[in-house]
Amino acid sequence: MRPAASNLGDEVVLEAQALQQLLEVLSGRGYQVVGPTLRQGSLVYDRLSSLDDLPRGWGDQQEGGFFRLRPLNEPALFGYGVGQKSWKEFLYPPRRRLWPARQEAHGLQILPPGEDAVKFAFIGVHPCDLHAIAVQDKVFLEGPYLDLHYQARRQSAFILAVNCGHACGTGFCVSMGTGPRASSGFDLALTEILAEARHYLVVTVGSEKGRQVISQLPHRRAQAQELEAAAKVVAQAAGQMGRSLDTTEIKALLYRNYDNPRWDQVAARCLTCGNCTLVCPTCFCHTVEDTSGLTGEQAERWRRWDVCYTVDFSYLHGGSIRATPRSRYRQWLTHKLATWIDQFGVSGCVGCGRCITWCPVAIDITAEVRAIREGERSGARGQGPGARGQGAGISKGTDKSN
Amino acid sequence: METLEPVLAAHPFLQGLDPRHLKIIGECASKVNFSAGEFLFREQDEATNFYLINHGRVAVEIFRARRGPVNVQTLREGEAVGWLWFGKPYHWHFDARAVQLTRALALDVKSLMQRCDQDPQLGYELMKRYAHMLAVQFRVAILQLGDMYG
Amino acid sequence: MCSQLTDPMLPTPYQVLKRVRETKDTFTLTLAPVKGGQGFPFAPGQFNMLYIFGVGEVPISISGDPDRPEKLVHTVRAVGAVSRAICGLKKGDTLGVRGPYGVPWPVKAAPGYDVLVIAGGLGLAPVRPAVYHLLARRPEYGNLELIYGARTPEDLVYRRELSLWRGRFDFRVHVTVDAARNGWRGNVGVVPNLIARARFDPEQTMALVCGPGVMMRFTVQELVNRGLKMENIYVSLERNMKCGLGLCGHCQLGPFFVCKDGPVFPYDRVRDWFLMREV
Repeated sequence: MRPAASNLGDEVVLEAQALQQLLEVLSGRGYQVVGPTLRQGSLVYDRLSSLDDLPRGWGDQQEGGFFRLRPLNEPALFGYGVGQKSWKEFLYPPRRRLWPARQEAHGLQILPPGEDAVKFAFIGVHPCDLHAIAVQDKVFLEGPYLDLHYQARRQSAFILAVNCGHACGTGFCVSMGTGPRASSGFDLALTEILAEARHYLVVTVGSEKGRQVISQLPHRRAQAQELEAAAKVVAQAAGQMGRSLDTTEIKALLYRNYDNPRWDQVAARCLTCGNCTLVCPTCFCHTVEDTSGLTGEQAERWRRWDVCYTVDFSYLHGGSIRATPRSRYRQWLTHKLATWIDQFGVSGCVGCGRCITWCPVAIDITAEVRAIREGERSGARGQGPGARGQGAGISKGTDKSN
Repeated sequence: METLEPVLAAHPFLQGLDPRHLKIIGECASKVNFSAGEFLFREQDEATNFYLINHGRVAVEIFRARRGPVNVQTLREGEAVGWLWFGKPYHWHFDARAVQLTRALALDVKSLMQRCDQDPQLGYELMKRYAHMLAVQFRVAILQLGDMYG
Repeated sequence: MCSQLTDPMLPTPYQVLKRVRETKDTFTLTLAPVKGGQGFPFAPGQFNMLYIFGVGEVPISISGDPDRPEKLVHTVRAVGAVSRAICGLKKGDTLGVRGPYGVPWPVKAAPGYDVLVIAGGLGLAPVRPAVYHLLARRPEYGNLELIYGARTPEDLVYRRELSLWRGRFDFRVHVTVDAARNGWRGNVGVVPNLIARARFDPEQTMALVCGPGVMMRFTVQELVNRGLKMENIYVSLERNMKCGLGLCGHCQLGPFFVCKDGPVFPYDRVRDWFLMREV
């Protein structure tokens, strides 16, 4: 196979072994290549130095509060769903130094942070995670203020997406419209096919960067039966999907159910550990920490991921706004599925299922929404902001009560 | 003799009252003036009057040993001071002192209540206004208790 | 997407020019950039993030005159580690400043209106720039009234200024406290109760309300009872804030980020969320 010219949207075929060359090409182009790999019995994203670092022949089993790796009976390179980590740890690191400061004779000196030149290539980004990256783009790049660090990493990143070949145990991407097939937001997207003693990848070219990389690899135009095989793989994943979340008018539903008794029930189970926020690929809340050296001459400001389940999160002199676990779980879920829509025009949930898998007590966001929806039908509701009128906190009711 | 009815009618507490009732109330009312610093009444004094303030300002105070008087409320023109005492002689619970020159109408509660008993329609009118005044006072007191400026 | 070249999280060093004690735990600081220069323009109601070396950063409303932005004025109450450190700064000490942030009071839309400025406690600090703005353009507005309440006379801030304003014939100032010792000749009572004494045409009145939540709730209620339109009542809200940029998520109130969608909101827009508990 000799390199043939490929265009955006073209679908080409690479033999599985060509992936090694792909990693080399990306390294050669200055990318730090990161992708799925096994560490201490868990699936993480980390630096890949060769194809052997991928969890070849491994799959996963996920349920509420449960994750196990399991061996597959085929040498698939991408035979697993999403692990507890997500790509946000590279684009939006858990901890980042914002700036150092010095106390000098003439007073405070704040120094600009150093340049961040790292350029990532992400290998094996699932469609739900592509959507998650798009959601965080809205947060960090489309508001009145930009996160310049995120912008630099995001703009330089190369994304190799992978279409899902099997449904992950807790995901519900089909109902969220985010999977199992990648539709946009990638440089290259592959579908892995193991059939009739062949192991090959059907690759969609999604960008000019992707086209340039492909042109350095041995590839050929995909044939009809290969495309068909790829479509079948994805359709099979969609068909296996065990969970769904009914998003019909979900904002209005939640806005009028802020006092639904269901919140008390889920709060009785919720440990407010915040795992769901840490594994969520869209959660963006963070805090800042100020540290100072022992001599008192140096100080630093760090930013780190924060968890809306802590009492501290909403602390204002005198006390916490969200003092009860009920209010904090409600904040997380309604933010994800309702207020996010008002804030950023999209849902904050991409249906990856991580919050279900990694919840120590297996709270299931899809089950909670279903319970609220069904509870409302049977009459439980209460006085949410939407319960009074038009909802969204923009109702123009009159208040003549004394 | 000068009639008090127009003065009574102008006070918000009695606004809109039937002239017949105003006339009856006028029979129990007298004009009183207090100069700045003068007490309208003092804690433990026998309580006989209900005051409608026409001008000036009155401080309601609690006297605390070593700390002196603590002003817990000020009332001004358009407002009322005191209670509609029922039955037996009662005593004031607080001090009330004019902060500045204050003009008021003092209603003799004993004779006013007698007239209310004779004319339940007047009694009901007065009690409605009185109940509203108490409700407002109550709300203010609760808000103050709440220490809302934290 | 906006173009932005500098990191908005990077504070600029400022120096304390003056420090005035307002109450036992509240101080007013006048600041200027260490490197000299004119400071930055701001609108009444906006806030800055103030950073104390190695201690941390807090959002504080600007309380100076928007027509004199070269003097950056902040009034701070010592309630936490950072605010205590700010209050402990002496003349010549430095701190970090970034801002200004947030949606201001709608003073630009107020010409032709009667304006009621209603503040409780330290809530006078965020509305003082609005008062400066209104007084500097006094003929453009109808009746102008300030209603200000605090726990005791000793808790009142800007006392000298209050008595100066009181001396004006074109500005009615009502001050009230919850309780007072001997010697206080002013009002004793709660802020909502003083609204009855204010003169305004409900159809043509804008109210700027700033103070603790309870005080604002009862004040707004009274204003609505007096016939003010909810869209003409503005409240300034307070939340935990870490960035001021709409990115850290701490200041959320339902769909709003108080730092960038507020802190000043027309009441009709936030009413449902404002009245709801623990959101």
